Order: sequence, then structure tokens, then C-alpha cells
Amino acid sequence: MANLTTDFIGIKSPNPFWLASAPPTDKEYNVRRAFEAGWGGVVWKTLGSEGPPVVNVNGPRYGAVWGADRRLLGLNNIELITDRPLEVNLREIKSVKRDYKDRALIISLMVPCDEQSWKDILHRIEDTEADGVELNFGCPHGMAERGMGSAVGQVPEYIEMVTRWVKQHSRMPCIVKLTPNISDIRKPAEAAKRGGADAVSLINTINSITSVNLDSFSPEPMIDGKGTHGGYCGPAVKPIALNMVAEIARSPETHGLPISGIGGVTTWRDAAEFMALGAGNVQVCTAAMTYGFKIVQEMISGLSQYLDEKGMASTADLVGRAVPNVTDWQFLNLNYVTKAQIDQDACIKCGRCYAACEDTSHQAIAMKPGRVFEVMDDECVACNLCVNVCPVENCITMVEMPKGAVDPRTQTPVGDYANWTTHPNNPSVAAE
Amino acid sequence: MTNSPLTPGIVPSRLPADRIARNFADHTPPLDAHEALVAADRCYFCHDAPCVTACPTSIDIPLFIRQIATGTAESAATTIWTQNILGGMCARVCPTETLCEEVCVREVAEGKPVEIGRLQRFATDTAMARGLHPFTRAAPTGKTVAVVGAGPAGMACAHRLALHGHDVVVYERRAKPGGLNEYGIASYKTTGGFARREVDWLLQIGGITIKTGVELGRDISLDGLLALHDAVFLGIGLGGVNALRASGEDKAGVTDAVDFIAELRQTTDLTTLPIGRDVVVIGGGMTAVDAAVQSKLLGAENVTIVYRRGQEKMGASTYEQEHATSAGVRIICNAAPVAVHGNGAVREVEFGYMADTPEGLKATGETFRLKADQVFKAIGQTLTGAPDGAALEGGKIAALPARVWAGGDCTGGGEDLTVTAVAQGRDAAEDIHMFLRG
Repeated sequence: MANLTTDFIGIKSPNPFWLASAPPTDKEYNVRRAFEAGWGGVVWKTLGSEGPPVVNVNGPRYGAVWGADRRLLGLNNIELITDRPLEVNLREIKSVKRDYKDRALIISLMVPCDEQSWKDILHRIEDTEADGVELNFGCPHGMAERGMGSAVGQVPEYIEMVTRWVKQHSRMPCIVKLTPNISDIRKPAEAAKRGGADAVSLINTINSITSVNLDSFSPEPMIDGKGTHGGYCGPAVKPIALNMVAEIARSPETHGLPISGIGGVTTWRDAAEFMALGAGNVQVCTAAMTYGFKIVQEMISGLSQYLDEKGMASTADLVGRAVPNVTDWQFLNLNYVTKAQIDQDACIKCGRCYAACEDTSHQAIAMKPGRVFEVMDDECVACNLCVNVCPVENCITMVEMPKGAVDPRTQTPVGDYANWTTHPNNPSVAAE
Repeated sequence: MTNSPLTPGIVPSRLPADRIARNFADHTPPLDAHEALVAADRCYFCHDAPCVTACPTSIDIPLFIRQIATGTAESAATTIWTQNILGGMCARVCPTETLCEEVCVREVAEGKPVEIGRLQRFATDTAMARGLHPFTRAAPTGKTVAVVGAGPAGMACAHRLALHGHDVVVYERRAKPGGLNEYGIASYKTTGGFARREVDWLLQIGGITIKTGVELGRDISLDGLLALHDAVFLGIGLGGVNALRASGEDKAGVTDAVDFIAELRQTTDLTTLPIGRDVVVIGGGMTAVDAAVQSKLLGAENVTIVYRRGQEKMGASTYEQEHATSAGVRIICNAAPVAVHGNGAVREVEFGYMADTPEGLKATGETFRLKADQVFKAIGQTLTGAPDGAALEGGKIAALPARVWAGGDCTGGGEDLTVTAVAQGRDAAEDIHMFLRG
């Protein structure tokens, strides 16, 4: 059995599956249930400053996007940070940590952007024995209007400044949670690193309106006829999160900066993908909110089985394995030539590949009598759309042409690796 | 209750009322809204979809299913009705397992087709429940057309003609319109008086008058109709039933399956409908199955279908056969009736085993007898009452005088199905419309 124990910036946990700072981690009751279910760690729901806690709306906090059979694909929320008194949260954190010393317990923090506020809150959490802090620079709704959350996360200078305060006034490991509501995710990550962050976690939720009620013309979730943008999460955001994680992992400025991957992790496979792209562990929220805490059991067994099958002894063997393969478009091999191939035995003759290719692509699939669909290699540009719309897995595959073979579309032999940087059509090449 | 399945003779009330009610409830219950979404999501929206080709009325099935999937069942119904104005009935009675669903790519791939029939019912039921009739009659043309027979062919023809602005008079020999939708077809396939409701709904187009109790050849003649109307459409169905050609066929208790089904369909309290203890149904088509299954559901102890050829040649689909056997009906193949025995009333039917040889069916010489107090003949219907001037071919109307069209079971071309009749009635209406426009 592969060893799932992870050491993330010195914080040990029996597995790399943490619950993200969110509604499931707002109370001792929930967190104890999570640990009993097997979660390796918990990032406690974001604490604010001393004093009267924030309030939440009393109408719906969540909006959703569903797939077939009401499968929850995306969730959006307008819940703020914890609305429970600071001292209650601190007492509960201490109580839980005392009973679950082997689990990671991180405290998420969000206080106004001044040094004293951060100094105060760090002082207050000192004796909880929590393993670290996560700075919530991510939440895009509500708190951002008060100059916190993503309002900080969108200004790299603020991130650097606050991170520096935190490192200065605390000995705890510090994770900076990044907002994806920004044009270049590398900038805030670099700022966090400059400020002394031990790690970054990403992504926080994405600004979103999940739907519009076409009777009342209010955005969802609707509060008394009005709606506001909320934070989007769940399976729908995973591709965006994967890219952002990869950008940080492969950037020379931030390469090696530990990453806690967040964004639509629903199964062990999602977690493995984040880890392959450089995440040292993952944080989960929507999947737990959809199915309950028990899903961690599948994540643990699935990741173990995968690591065993790959001959990997621990998660460390997996982390970052895909990073070297993430590159810029300009370095992609233009002499990698493939052609779609339809397995006629597997084909169920729905014709979706034909409709897609004929209407929207390159007219490279022929429809023959008897609903036989065949790829015309002399037209196929290998775009892969037919593969993606085919309802039968592996019915259409992209077959690589061997080196030297003549591509019937271009009438040129498949050559050695060559990319855009040396391509004759590239103006910057021609200029030289 | 005084009787049981074991009571001898042809008697009512073999089963308690609640059991009868259960037995004759909707055989395929409607999908609820969520089930419909899930079922609709399974459709692949095929290019040039095989299901559309397989549908005699060429309903754009992928389109209407997508309309259901996106929460617009009313638009889906419009898509259906544009091609098939009796789409509600067809959704219930079409042998989809041999039509659209048989060629569904998911049937090919997984043996589990998209539930096209049930989805069609969901769409049409939803729209009908909202009182939707999404068609508006064109300005009156001043032309009138006689439609003979208020069955599926006639009503489809009438609706399309009325839509184009023509005035239509439908002449129907029975007391109610609907044809086999009203008087044929197993009751559990179309519950709740749907046949009548659908006709009433269809008539909302306006411009259609139905005259019931009027029979061609008895009360009216084709020449008379041609004198009154600009064109005539014949949708007279098949009024006759083939004889057994076995001795003793005239004994009491031997009747036509279609009459039994018609009586059953018109009986409001099925506990009053008498049925035999030992019922024998002779034939291999849908009528045989409908008669046999309903006999069983009424409480007959033993019900046997006897068919003269092999099972693979039965007119009833495999799905229908399985439905019969699961209802407790026994199916005997390769046996033909030789004689009906009994003293006044049938007591036994004698059958001879048959061999299907290249030279035709041949008796093997071996015989057996089945106990029977009721026998239903379901060995095919025949055309009766075709007017003078109609040329017949293979027992069906093949050619007609000028200004006369025909469709449905009384004509050839296609199977004798509701959906085929609708297609033929609709297409004849378009022809008539072209003719009337000049």
C-alpha cells in the first residue's frame, strides 16, 4: 500500500485530502465528523476580527448549475466568513485539535488590511495549537466590498504586505489563498512568495451568477428579488483551477513554492491531477457539501490504488510529475501528426461526429450508405472534435502518423520535432 | 362477488372490482417531469436520425426530445403534432419496439433505447393538459370534403384539410368517432377515455363536422358524396373478419376478437363484462394478443393463443408476445383449428399440428383438443363495403375514381397501424389540398 501521509510545509496529515475553509468547517461538530470520516486535514472556516461577528443573509446562500439527472456541476455561494463569535471558534478549534493531533488543522483568517488587525488576530489564535494559518485573500463576494478577501488578493502589493506582517508576527506556517478573479495568477503568487508565504492555495471561488430566473428576472441565488455575484466552485471550475496551479508550478519565479490545490476536486482522480500538476495536497469543499464527508474514503482508496499501480511509494512521487509537460503553445511539436480513426465495430451510428465535422469543422468525415462514418485523412486536421462529441468512449481515437509517412492532407512527410519558433510562417523568424 | 376464475361458463365478475381496476390501469404509466428530463437526456440528437426514418409519420424525434430536455414540452408537442396530429394516441399504442425505438442507436449500443414513446406521451399530455392546440385554421376556402370513417386516417385527414381552410364532414358508421382508437386496441394502452378526448381536442381546429351512425353503402353512396362535396376521402378500415373455416364455427361462444375488444372498450364497469373460464384465441397478431391478455385480466382461468405458423412469423411483436406470456397467456404455435366441438355451445376446440413447408402449410395429421367455453377469432380483418369504382388489389383499395382518395387500413402500403393510418390520412389531405387549390 502506498503511503498517503503528506508533509505539506511541515504540516503532517495522514492523507492529502483536506477540507477547504468553507461552511463544512465552520463548527466543532462538523469538523469532528469530518475527522471521524477520515479527512486528513481541515482548514477552519475563516475567522474575522474580534467584536460583533459578520451577519449572513437569511435567504438562499447558494446557487447551482446542474447536469443531467440534477447532478450538481457547479455551486455558487454568497456566504461570508464565520458569523460565530471569535472566542467560540477558538475554543472549539483548541478542543478539536487536542483530540485529533494527527490531523492537520489550519485556521483561515480575514481581517482588515492594517498591521494591527493582523497582529491582534494572530495573537488570539496562538494558543489553539493549530498547525498553520491560511490568509483568505480570495472570497469575491461580500467581504471584498469591505476591502477584504479578493479585494486584497487582486492587489499583489497588498498580498506581499500582509503576508510579511503575518510572518513577522507569527511563527506558524502561512498559506496564502489566491483568488482566480485576476488576469495573471502568477502575480499574486509571486507577491505571496516575496512576502514570505510558505505556500499558496488556489483557487478560491470565481465570480459568478449561476442563472437568471426568467419569470422574476432576478439572478440566482435570489434574495428578495435581487441577487449578487457569488463565488463559483465545484466540478465546473476544475479546468480553470488546474491551469492556474500549473502556471504557478511551472513559472521560474514560483517553481517549487508549495501549492495546496483547490477547485472542483470530487474524486481521487481529480486530486491526483492537481498533485501531478504540482499541488502537494488538495482541499475539497463542494464534493463534501454534495455527498457528505464519506467521499473521502473513495479518495483514499482510489489514490492508494493508483499509486500502487504506478509503483509510486508515496504522494511525493506523484507531486509535480506533469509539470515538465506543461509548456507554451509555441513549443508544441508541429510535426506531431494524428488522424482520427473510427472503430466501425464500436460505432453506434449516431452521426454526431459527422454533424460536428460537417457543420462546424473541416468536412473530413464521410457519411456512407448504411450510416457508415469514415474519416477522410486528406481533410482531417486532427482537431479531436469528433472524439469529444462521440458518445462512445474510445470509438474514435487519434492515431499518430509515423515519422516519414506522408500526410495525405498536406502531402508532406512527417518530420522531426519542430515548433512555431522556427516555423517559416513566423514573422519573427522571417525577420532574422 | 359471486364468481371466480374457476366458475364454469361465460360469466362476469370473475375478479373483485379493485383487482379489475388494477389490471386495466395504464399499462405504461406516464413519466413525471424529472423522469422525462432524465429520459430525454439519453437522446444523442443523432444526425439524420434513424428513429425519424423509422417513424411512418416522420416526427422529428431528436428535436422534440431536446425541447423536452430544455423544459419546453409544449414546443415538443407542437413538433410532434405538426407531423402526427394523433401523436398522443400513437405515443400510447405504437409498437415503438418495432419502429423508432428499434433503430434507436442506444438500442443498438446498449439494448436500451431512448424511451421515445413515453417521451412523446409526456410532451403531448403536458400540452393537452394546458389546453394547447397550436394550430390556426387558414381562411375558409369554400371547398368541402367528405371524410368517410372517423378513425385515425380519417381524423388525421380531416384535421389537415380543416387546417388548410376547407370544410370537412366526417361520416362515421359507429356511434362514436375514433375508429380503432375508440373500439379496438387493448384498454390498458389508452386509459381514461383518451381516444375521445383526443378527438375532441383535434376538433378545436374548427371546420370539421362529424356525422355518426352514417354508413357508406347503406345511408350514403360515393356518388352522393361526390355530388355534395368537392372531394372524398375514404378511411373505412377493415370491417370484416376472416372465418376459421373449421366445422362448428357457428357454435355459441365463438366470436370475433374485434367485437370482444370493442365491447370491452365501451364497457364502463368491466366487472359486468362476461368472460369464459377457458378462453382460446385463434390468431397471431396484435388483436389476438389484445383479446387474450384482456381475457386474462378479466379473470379467465386459462387463456391460450393458438397460431398456425411458427412463433417468429407472429404478427405481434416479441414485446407483445412477452407481454401476453407474462400476463399468464399460453401461446401455442404451428397449430390450426380443425373443428369446434360442443353441444350448442363450444366445449372444446380441436387443432391439427401444422408444418411450414416450402410448398406451404401442411397438416401433420396429429391433433389435440383444448377445453374452451369461449373462442375469439383473430385471424385477420378484411375490407368490406368498398364502394363501386374502387379497384382492389390484395384485398385492399388500390385505385379510385377522380376526386376520391383513401388511406388507412383499407388501403395497402405500410402496416395496419394507427401511425401508418395517420400518415396516409395526412398525406392524402395534402394531395386533396393541392387538387382543390387547382
